[in-house]
Amino acid sequence: MAASAPAATPPRRRGVELGLLLFAVLLVIGADTAVDATLNDRVSTNVLRYGAGFVLIYAVAHLAVRRLTPYADPVILPAVALLNGLGLVLIRRLDMAEAENARQAGRAIPAGDAAVQVVWTCIGLALFIGVLVVVRDHRALNRYAYTLAAAGLAFLALPAVLPGRFSEVNGAKIWIRVAGFSIQPGEFAKLALMVFFASYLVAKRDVLSMASRRVAGIDLPRGRDLGPVVVAWLLSVFVLAGEKDLGTSLLFFGIFVVMLYVATERTSWLLIGLSLFMAGAYLAYLKFGHVQERVAVWLHPFDYRDREGYQIVQSLFGLGTGGLFGRGLGGGRPDTVPFAKTDFIIATVGEELGLFGLVALLVVYTLIVSRGFRTALTVRDSFGKLLAAGLAFTLAFQVFIVVGGVTKLIPLTGLTTPFLSYGGSSLVANFALVALLLRISDAARRPPPQPAPKQLPLAEAATEVVKR
Amino acid sequence: MNAPLRRVAIAVLALFGLLVANANYVQVFEGDKLRTDPGNTRVLLDEYERQRGSIVVDGGTIIAESRPTNDKLKYLRVYPGKDKYASVTGYYSVIYGKSGIEQVENDLLTGSDNRLFTRRLSDLLTGRDPRGGNVVLTIQKRAQETAYQKLANRAGAVVALDPRSGAILALASSPSFDPNPLTSHDPKVIRAAYDKLSADENDPMVNRAINERYPPGSTFKVVISAAALQAGLTPETQVPCPRTYTPPQTSRPLPNFNGETCGADQVPFITALTNSFNTAFAKLAVERLHEPAVRAQAEAFGITDTGFSMPLSVSGSQVCSRDRDPQAPGPSGCRIPDDPALAQSAIGQRNVAITPLQGAMLAAAVANHGQLMRPHLVKELQAPDLSVLDRTEPEPFNPDQPQTLPPQAAAELTRMMVSVVDKGTGRRARINGVQVAGKTGTAQNATGKQPHAWFIGFAPADNPQVAVAVVLENAGTTGSEVTGGLAAGPIAKAVMEAVLNIREGG
Repeated sequence: MAASAPAATPPRRRGVELGLLLFAVLLVIGADTAVDATLNDRVSTNVLRYGAGFVLIYAVAHLAVRRLTPYADPVILPAVALLNGLGLVLIRRLDMAEAENARQAGRAIPAGDAAVQVVWTCIGLALFIGVLVVVRDHRALNRYAYTLAAAGLAFLALPAVLPGRFSEVNGAKIWIRVAGFSIQPGEFAKLALMVFFASYLVAKRDVLSMASRRVAGIDLPRGRDLGPVVVAWLLSVFVLAGEKDLGTSLLFFGIFVVMLYVATERTSWLLIGLSLFMAGAYLAYLKFGHVQERVAVWLHPFDYRDREGYQIVQSLFGLGTGGLFGRGLGGGRPDTVPFAKTDFIIATVGEELGLFGLVALLVVYTLIVSRGFRTALTVRDSFGKLLAAGLAFTLAFQVFIVVGGVTKLIPLTGLTTPFLSYGGSSLVANFALVALLLRISDAARRPPPQPAPKQLPLAEAATEVVKR
Repeated sequence: MNAPLRRVAIAVLALFGLLVANANYVQVFEGDKLRTDPGNTRVLLDEYERQRGSIVVDGGTIIAESRPTNDKLKYLRVYPGKDKYASVTGYYSVIYGKSGIEQVENDLLTGSDNRLFTRRLSDLLTGRDPRGGNVVLTIQKRAQETAYQKLANRAGAVVALDPRSGAILALASSPSFDPNPLTSHDPKVIRAAYDKLSADENDPMVNRAINERYPPGSTFKVVISAAALQAGLTPETQVPCPRTYTPPQTSRPLPNFNGETCGADQVPFITALTNSFNTAFAKLAVERLHEPAVRAQAEAFGITDTGFSMPLSVSGSQVCSRDRDPQAPGPSGCRIPDDPALAQSAIGQRNVAITPLQGAMLAAAVANHGQLMRPHLVKELQAPDLSVLDRTEPEPFNPDQPQTLPPQAAAELTRMMVSVVDKGTGRRARINGVQVAGKTGTAQNATGKQPHAWFIGFAPADNPQVAVAVVLENAGTTGSEVTGGLAAGPIAKAVMEAVLNIREGG
């Protein structure tokens, strides 16, 4: 190969990112305008205010990426911007419906949630930049694996230990509520534990994949290798069962098994994981009344339409009414679905943007996820590979659990839709997730450092004429 | 690690594929079912989002309109006439759906009718709030309100038609109900009102005028007379009139009312109708007209056991019972089985059963020179800007056979019916200065209660403008033909006066 390499630096694609961001911003502002036009018959200055704030947030994010991870994937940030912006539009739209309902019922008009979500987005942006600044090389995280694991578990366990009034909302003990401020520590624990898994599995992958006994044609790992992993798993599952949060439990378990499989390349881990899941699910079904109820409602929601099935039935009504093209932003009645801003925001998307909108949204998620997997495939170090795979899969699996639950593909579980749902913890944690993904992607696409030109032995060196 | 990575990525793609397939299933395949599910409040909220059109009677009085509210359902349906027009408007309820004109003209009232398509399009473009169209009825306020008021909460019905066009001028059913509580936005009020109406043993929500069938009694003699006049009789023809008549195949004699005689062995045909002699009509039907002619004449008047819509759905009236003889010819699909049955049918008993509207149609056919016009309740449909979208044009009830009886026979029958009111059983329907034609009925019913009182008739006899039928349940006295006319006649008189714009008692 010709050694003219130093002149041609690999493309950074920041211009592409800027273009895509502009496109996302235009879509979001257009959607917001449509909401105003439909609901109020006029476009208020709020559109301008939200639009300006939104542009500012992502301008800062873009500049941070330019400066801190210049080689990062150019599609991820615009896709996140689109989801986040659309989420804001939908939350503002539902705010308006709630205000209208309150006005008609003569109740006090509630303060909207959209402004709060903007504040959370800013906090998310701060954490995003913070992660990019602090984590200059993702491999450094390796060193803090056990610290992060301990922190993650503590975070996870905290709500279960706290008295209910500090931690319970709608039956799930997954919150920490202090002074009117509430966060879901599970969202952050998810990230910390994922870093630990990646680090631990990379360190132990040889043992986990090599030392094995062959039973019935399947390579089974040795018991002692399984130990720490199973302990971690049992602990998190125990904690989650204690907090009655099935969605997060399923999510953690899925992430764990998939990372184990990717690290070891052993199908046996998948089979073990799957059978553990089956056994766990069956036991939970036998043991817990609320799990049986969930399954019954999932199978026959219309038999429970006025009680436990109310939420999912309302969600299905919204989706069905939306049909192919939806009723247009502001044209539906998404406020009839309970928790429309959080767990059921997908029902709002389906009702107002229709099947086309919902599928388009899934495509945007697929974009982020596929870019995440591509990062995992191209990054050179094992830890980065595993972490990127874990991050991408987490996002994908969470979307699957939420959307599947809301559309009655799988039993309903309480999880937020990443970037779309109202809720600070989820949004902020997912910003950190994207920051990590961008950091690894930057490492994957950055050209390897140029080796210093080799010094020839003095005897073979040509005479150099040095001019002054 | 790249091989399992790829597999995981493919698995994720498959999971997303599942989501998309499932979304297709829910939103498209199940979509219609979910959209129209009664538990889905969206459609209802949308319906209340637009101002529903008004229902208006001839002359412009509004009998149903939607008024803006401040609650979640933006418009409240109001019926200013309360119970007076409920038999026409029906109700429009959040919980119990719709009935009456509210139901049959729902598409136009909500504005989703295809005839309003261009308007909807322009509403969309101009941002004008879409509204529903209006339904203008043929009902005349004074006739309807007189009819309902004269029924005075007794079980019964009054129908008035314009015999020249078939326009329904009054359609009253009693006892009635106030639809306003049913259209309330408070579920408790709606349920309480509905439960009370359902529990009422007088069935106030049944529209007796079009959905209840009564034995017509002697009013059916109009049909026999029409057949006889076409069979060669004239009003002056002497007909046998025994004290009792025992048809073949039976030993049970059929008497006149109260067992009275006709005064002679033979009387002029006009006298037989004027005094409503049962024996003369029974003998005439059995021995001279025979079953096919009687049935064919009844069918020509519209008594074919097939309902029709006007656009409210009208129950079919029958001359014979269909379950007996499924192979029988003719639109009725049945025969009057034998002579004793024919004898009883000739005086409007046995299996003969007609709606009050059908009773008015009997009178209207005679009044309109033998041509029966199709009854209709809707005069025109209007767009929200009051422009006319559709107007009901008068048409014969049976386009294939427009003449129920020849004009000559109709004129003779009119003369006979004038005699009934002038000097026979229908004297209570007389109007000063106007010739009224009519026929009374005192119809026994199977329940063993007092007979129903009937009056059918029209006025003025020489230039008919209104045909009327009145039924009062159990208002007669067994054995006395006069009692039917006594009870029903004055109501018919008042309604005809209202249409002819004559002050009551004038």
